[in-house]
Amino acid sequence: MNIEVRNIEKRYGSFTALGDVSHVFESGKLSALLGPSGSGKTTLLRIIAGLENADQGQVLFGCEDASHRHARYRGVGFVFQHYALFRHMTVFENIAFGLRVKARSQRPSRSEIRKKVERLLKLVQLDWLGGRMPSELPGGQRQRVALARALAVEPRLLLLDEPFGALDANVRSELRQWLRRLHDEIHVTSIFVTHDVEEALEVSDQVVVMNAGKIEQSGSPDEVYDHPASPFVYRFLGHANIFQVAGGSSLYVRPHDFDVFGEHFPGAIAAQVLGCRSVGAIGRIDLQPNNGGDPLQVETDKNSMRSMQVVEGKTLYIRPRASKQYTAAAEI
Amino acid sequence: MIRSHPELRRSVQDPAWVRGGAIALVLLFLGLVLFMPLIAVFREALRKGADAYWAALRNPETLDAVRLTLLAALLAVIFNAVFGLMASWAIAKFRFPGRHILISLIDLPFAVSPVVSGLVYVLLFGAQGVLGPWLQAHGFRIIFAVPGIVLATVFVTFPFIARELIPLMEAQGTDEEESAVVLGANGWQTFWRVTLPNIKWGLLYGIILCNARAMGEFGAVSVVSGHIRGQTTTVPLQVEMLYNEYNFVAAFAVASMLAILALITLVLKSVVEWCAKRKGMVAG
Repeated sequence: MNIEVRNIEKRYGSFTALGDVSHVFESGKLSALLGPSGSGKTTLLRIIAGLENADQGQVLFGCEDASHRHARYRGVGFVFQHYALFRHMTVFENIAFGLRVKARSQRPSRSEIRKKVERLLKLVQLDWLGGRMPSELPGGQRQRVALARALAVEPRLLLLDEPFGALDANVRSELRQWLRRLHDEIHVTSIFVTHDVEEALEVSDQVVVMNAGKIEQSGSPDEVYDHPASPFVYRFLGHANIFQVAGGSSLYVRPHDFDVFGEHFPGAIAAQVLGCRSVGAIGRIDLQPNNGGDPLQVETDKNSMRSMQVVEGKTLYIRPRASKQYTAAAEI
Repeated sequence: MIRSHPELRRSVQDPAWVRGGAIALVLLFLGLVLFMPLIAVFREALRKGADAYWAALRNPETLDAVRLTLLAALLAVIFNAVFGLMASWAIAKFRFPGRHILISLIDLPFAVSPVVSGLVYVLLFGAQGVLGPWLQAHGFRIIFAVPGIVLATVFVTFPFIARELIPLMEAQGTDEEESAVVLGANGWQTFWRVTLPNIKWGLLYGIILCNARAMGEFGAVSVVSGHIRGQTTTVPLQVEMLYNEYNFVAAFAVASMLAILALITLVLKSVVEWCAKRKGMVAG
């Protein structure tokens, strides 16, 4: 079932959180809403869930207009950044909640509920923790409980609001790979909000980049990364080195898209090393071009940085390997 | 980290004589204004022996006063628990115009002298009051009757429960309620299964304080009561009347009941605080 938002507008006083946003989230895909804080991504997610009402526009679940349907009846699963587990209930009761509050005619029997919760606990790999209280678990496990709780009602759509935002870096990368595998297993249409570029590119099938209440670009992670549609997207996805070229347009080059030479090389420009440091396997060099342009950030691998004996003050020769040109009008 | 380092810790603490002096001063003050009066109450009450003490407590008028106090306190707790829950729910979970005015209004009974609140009721419902003639014509008695006493008690104890719950509910936010709704719970289920369990210790704490204040209230109740023996006298008023009649043993015997109530309240309060802390369900 495709999820479509059509001409969504939302204002808070004079602040426009979303201005005429339209997009189709494809059935069975895991989509990322990516953007800086204040770009409207969480607002859009909450409008899809029904936790927030749009001032204008429609939310469609398949062919059905869900715009005026109460959150309770939308059949979505929602995972919050800070887990929002019921703090006075055990893990088991948390997961069973959505089943227990169903109207009597639709409510599964006690033994069915028990079976289902146990199955979900197994799915999120926490089957020995059913009797614990949420406060006894570390963040990563709490978030998996929250996910199991959301999946218990067999949602048509799974929404995740910065699901890894409150976790430690290593738990975070482990959990997002796990979420990717889980999605490959259950294929529920999912949308997650993040401001972490790496997370969006690594986990999702589709990336929707948002800025200032509008969608800047959407597409597969490779499409978006390799062909940023606007200077904003280019800059948001990674560091940008900007060269002014004739005709008022600019050339954008990623730090890792340079060839670096120790000696003069045809077509390469000379630049002086301002500083260098290695980050893991990467060598990061700050350079000042001799022609007087803005300082540049260049990345190469640590070994070649070492073999070129890069030190402060040394002159290197660099040549862009790939670049993207934007006209002045696009850069606002 | 810094705090656990013994030498750094010593360097930011005051010298021993300052600490010792401050503690001694506080203990002396507490002994003088709290502990000695408490002892005095029981000593006076038991001056003519245990028999006289029990006789004073079993006096029918005293028993009527106890009954009325229990009734007024019960009604005040019920009303203020319901109202306090609704008000703090509205204030903590929603943003609406007039929200700050509502918060200030809830605090009003703390700011106004109880005597003034009693007088306001007399001016409203008394024979000479705004609504007095209409009430009299329809056979309602509020002032110098039980309803007036209940009203005055409710007014004075108004803020206790709401004040306890508002910061607690604000700290807990609305994520859990939103979770419940998205999972398919209706408003009633969300309240009973999510909101109420999360605030139960705070609610209990507020109820204990509200109850203690309701049973001990003197000023507002004194104005609206009319001091009719066996009918509109609460325990604190009974103490005053017995004292004014120079019946000291009986006055202090009845007063000792209030003192015991205070001690029970203290113990309950500590137990609830301890439980709430253990469950991590108290604000701040």
